[in-house]
Amino acid sequence: MAATATGVYHRSYARDLAIHHTRSERVRLALVLALVIVAPFVAGPTWLTVLNQIGIAAIGAIGLNLLVGSTGQISLGQGGFLAVGAYTAGLLTAESGLPFLGGIAAAVLLTAAVGAFFGLPALRLKGLYLAIATLAAQQIILWVIRNWEGVTGGVDALVVPAPTLLGIDLSTDFSFYWVILAFAALSALVATNLLRTGIGRAFVAIRDQDIAAEAMGVNLTRYKVLAFAVSSGFVGLAGALTAYDTKIVTFERFTLDVSILYLAMIIVGGLGSVSGAIYGAVFMIGFPAYIRELSSFGGPLEFIGADLPAVQALIFGLTIVLFLIFEPRGIARIWGRSKDYFRLWPFRT
Amino acid sequence: MEQFIQLTVNGLADGAILTLAALGFVLIYKASGVINFAQGFFLAVGAYVLWTAIVEVGLHWTLGVLVALAVGALLGISVERLLLRPLVGQPIIAVIMVTIGLAQILEASIDLIWGTEPRTFPDFIPSGAVEVLGARITEGRLWALGLTALALIAFGLFFTRSRQGIAMRAVADDQQAAMVMGISVRRTYAIAWALAGVSAVVGGMLVANLTGVSQSVAGFGLLVFPVVILGGLDSVPGAVVGGAIIGLLTSYTGGYIGGGLQTVIPYIALVAILMVRPYGLFGQVRIERV
Repeated sequence: MAATATGVYHRSYARDLAIHHTRSERVRLALVLALVIVAPFVAGPTWLTVLNQIGIAAIGAIGLNLLVGSTGQISLGQGGFLAVGAYTAGLLTAESGLPFLGGIAAAVLLTAAVGAFFGLPALRLKGLYLAIATLAAQQIILWVIRNWEGVTGGVDALVVPAPTLLGIDLSTDFSFYWVILAFAALSALVATNLLRTGIGRAFVAIRDQDIAAEAMGVNLTRYKVLAFAVSSGFVGLAGALTAYDTKIVTFERFTLDVSILYLAMIIVGGLGSVSGAIYGAVFMIGFPAYIRELSSFGGPLEFIGADLPAVQALIFGLTIVLFLIFEPRGIARIWGRSKDYFRLWPFRT
Repeated sequence: MEQFIQLTVNGLADGAILTLAALGFVLIYKASGVINFAQGFFLAVGAYVLWTAIVEVGLHWTLGVLVALAVGALLGISVERLLLRPLVGQPIIAVIMVTIGLAQILEASIDLIWGTEPRTFPDFIPSGAVEVLGARITEGRLWALGLTALALIAFGLFFTRSRQGIAMRAVADDQQAAMVMGISVRRTYAIAWALAGVSAVVGGMLVANLTGVSQSVAGFGLLVFPVVILGGLDSVPGAVVGGAIIGLLTSYTGGYIGGGLQTVIPYIALVAILMVRPYGLFGQVRIERV
């Protein structure tokens, strides 16, 4: 956009309703598309795995951001909900031979139902108390998985057969990348549009002032439970994709640390924005992988060696703390500010 | 019967340690409305510093305890100053996440400084056992009960007799009114965090004495949540009763039912209590629509 432009004007309702308004936005979208299409061809096997993890994490983070960032309901139960999705899809495929898409659909629906159930305390609780209630949800779900041996196999790993779609084998990281990409794009599109509907507006109204929202006719009970259900649906999708991607499901992948990792993603990326969730997923999954590569044998950070997990945890903690203190609105805000800087250049904001 | 007494005393002793950890938690929440997810790692840091001072440096245990208490207080004060003061006025999720980030930093730092290998706790606390009505009770647990009682009396006196303690209650009650009366709210926050650090060191010492010095000391930190929710986030007597209830519940479930149910029973109790009395047994009832 030229520096002289004073705003974006629309001459038709169709233009006004479009998700992308300016030419630069469309160019940026095209660039991002080109990047994600080229990426799997240039990435080595290690980074292809990381790319798949990023894609799955982005879906989960978009879901969590709908709940935490947009509706303002804090959830520490993300790990548990991911586990519900992963075990549902994994068990249905491994035990009953349900096809790939069937497993995905079942995982989304069941996780949404479980999420809505554990969202019920939100009708009476908010803030700190809700955070602790969802912490309990996390611990209880994992305990059930560990101890319901007849169904989940307890602490043993659940092996999931490689998925196929329309006769195409999806067992390699490369082929599954496209599936994850499609689901991630779909999730981003659904979440962006959801936030533009009445439901999304109701979510944001509840976050900003729940009492005022209710006075204006937002049914708090309905929308709070709906927020938990919708958010958990995305999380269930992410969980199911994890099961098909790694082909092994164990409860250890879904501990409280995972819940914290996802919360960190949306805080670092930017609360309440879909693109923020994606930035956060890229940063919080990609950065540790980069450190791991740098500290591998012969790398510039080789001296870290066996201390790698501790160093990564230290960086993880510092990232959360520093972002909260210096840029609580995350990478999305940094991106917005740098755009403004160049748009207004040579003037300062 | 013997098993019952054994389980009761063990449960009460565990509950006493939980109460100590919860006390620091409640103090911070009362004074500043912040919930500290890193409380468990305060316990762990206390235990490790104590181990270093006594075993590595070779200080007499009294001196070692004093050093650890000082480090705990300093840790509390610096956390308040460096991490929480910049976040005044931010939404509650920022405050929760910053203490979670702090927990990660403390955990990683312990790993980097002391490694993951468990250490034996220096045995300055008598390790014998006494017979009570036929049940064997280790002296470590009796010390836990005694020290918690002592700490509670000290805190009670502090809050009712000392100027600073009364000032802290005033700030907890109404921050602005306290400011108008000439109380330094900043200093009060700093003291609340310092006291939380001190009580965490005592708690860490008692846990480490029972389980050895390792990261698992911090695991106690998560159990603090059921305790404070049960008792009410802003109630000191609640922390005592909550600690005792959770301690006994865990102990009885472990002894009579087993099968790992004791690890999850505190959380089930937590959800149950939240559904019935969201503000806990003794917490201040806030009348607001949610």
